[in-house]
Amino acid sequence: MHIDLTDQYRHSESLIHHLDPRVKVVVTLIFILAVGLIRDGSWIAFGALFLGILGYAAASRLGMFYAVRRSIIAIPFLLAAAPLPFIISGPALISFPALNLTITETGTIRFVSIMIRTFIAVQAGILLSATTPFPGLVWGMCSLRIPRPLVAVIAFMYRYIFVLADEAIRLMRARAARSPEIPGKGKPSFIWRGRVTGSMVGSLFLRSLDRSERVYGAMASRGYDGEMRTYSTFHMRGSDWVSLIVFSLLILGSLSLMFLR
Amino acid sequence: MHHTLDIQNLHFSYPDGRKALRGVSLFINPGEKTALVGPNGSGKSTLLLHLNGILRGEGEVHVCGKELTEDSLRQIRASVGLVFQDPDDQLFSQSVYEDVAFGPLYMDLPKDEVAQKVRQALEAVGMAGSEPRVPHHLSEGEKKRVAIATVLSMDPEVLALDEPTAGLDPRGRRELIQLLRGLPQTMLVATHDMRMVAELFDRTVIIDEGKVVADGPTAQVLAEPHLLEMHGLEAP
Repeated sequence: MHIDLTDQYRHSESLIHHLDPRVKVVVTLIFILAVGLIRDGSWIAFGALFLGILGYAAASRLGMFYAVRRSIIAIPFLLAAAPLPFIISGPALISFPALNLTITETGTIRFVSIMIRTFIAVQAGILLSATTPFPGLVWGMCSLRIPRPLVAVIAFMYRYIFVLADEAIRLMRARAARSPEIPGKGKPSFIWRGRVTGSMVGSLFLRSLDRSERVYGAMASRGYDGEMRTYSTFHMRGSDWVSLIVFSLLILGSLSLMFLR
Repeated sequence: MHHTLDIQNLHFSYPDGRKALRGVSLFINPGEKTALVGPNGSGKSTLLLHLNGILRGEGEVHVCGKELTEDSLRQIRASVGLVFQDPDDQLFSQSVYEDVAFGPLYMDLPKDEVAQKVRQALEAVGMAGSEPRVPHHLSEGEKKRVAIATVLSMDPEVLALDEPTAGLDPRGRRELIQLLRGLPQTMLVATHDMRMVAELFDRTVIIDEGKVVADGPTAQVLAEPHLLEMHGLEAP
């Protein structure tokens, strides 16, 4: 009776799966940085990076469109960028005089660019987590000197999000079990139901807080002193260095395409 | 000769003012397996949390001959293996291996020794080979076993277990009882499982409203139905 979002990791015997996690973390960060740096409307550079992602997915033997299919989760975040075509000034594309709104060309180009950036960057993250087991990822982030508290937050979130989701499901199930509907009788008001949901959220927070106390107790019982310790299982091999250099150059090459006119 | 556990006149109140322990005194000899029973809210779990200084009340706690103080805290935590009731609290790492290795890593052992401790602990609980598994994917019984392995890897002298059989199906419970029977450590086990108490423990301590109300050989304590009933318990 769990939800199972666990394990983004998909095992496969590919070159990419066998790389040192640090290489994959660094390459992913460089990639996301490059995606962020590309100028609006540099379609060739975007295309090159997108091809790079498809190639990377294919090389990891997960299927070329593995990450593309999963990148749909980024859609809600695009809502934040949705007003851009209306609020950036520039040559008008379409006008709605009745609503006093104009869609501008500059705004549209920026919106589409942000959309492409988001999707490509999310795909890079998806491929990182799909090709690297989570403990390796945490270890990689630690040994790259990413601040320990930040890594610890990521690690605990990954461990407990499913436990909390299970708790949320149990709460919802308990509510559903006591929410009968009698024919001919009205439903409780929207506001009342909202209050119930609100207190469910509150109780989930309180449970999480209690749990964090107990988890901390379990850690302290085994000697935890505030510092995260991990054990190392990876060593950079020749192929890791070569991959790091090749991937970085490919990304820089794609990035420089934005200067083509 | 030292008492493995020696608690004297321990008092503790929670921050909300609720008095959880009102003068608990308890001696436990090396190797003794003792059951700690009592109704919900009687202070069982609170007492266990004092054994390695997660909670600090008024009174004295000696573990393995050492008084529990700020200075001895880390050393005592290595000698008391405290296992929480909910294995999801106990297992906080990304993989079984990392979780069982957690204690040894904090004891500053060299890597190969850590690996050896992990292997031995998982073998002892019958979970060898589960090292790469994700705690979330284990069954409830497996989680309980791994939770015990996470403290066995520290070679503790004392095991303090909170409700080890709660939430297990009969087979899981049976296996866990076999496991506990085979472990050589001194044990203080808080439980409601009176059948397990009768089967496994030489000595039983009843605690109610933060006080020890009975303490003696299990057969003798369980032979007093009136006493058990008075403290919300029943004979197996």
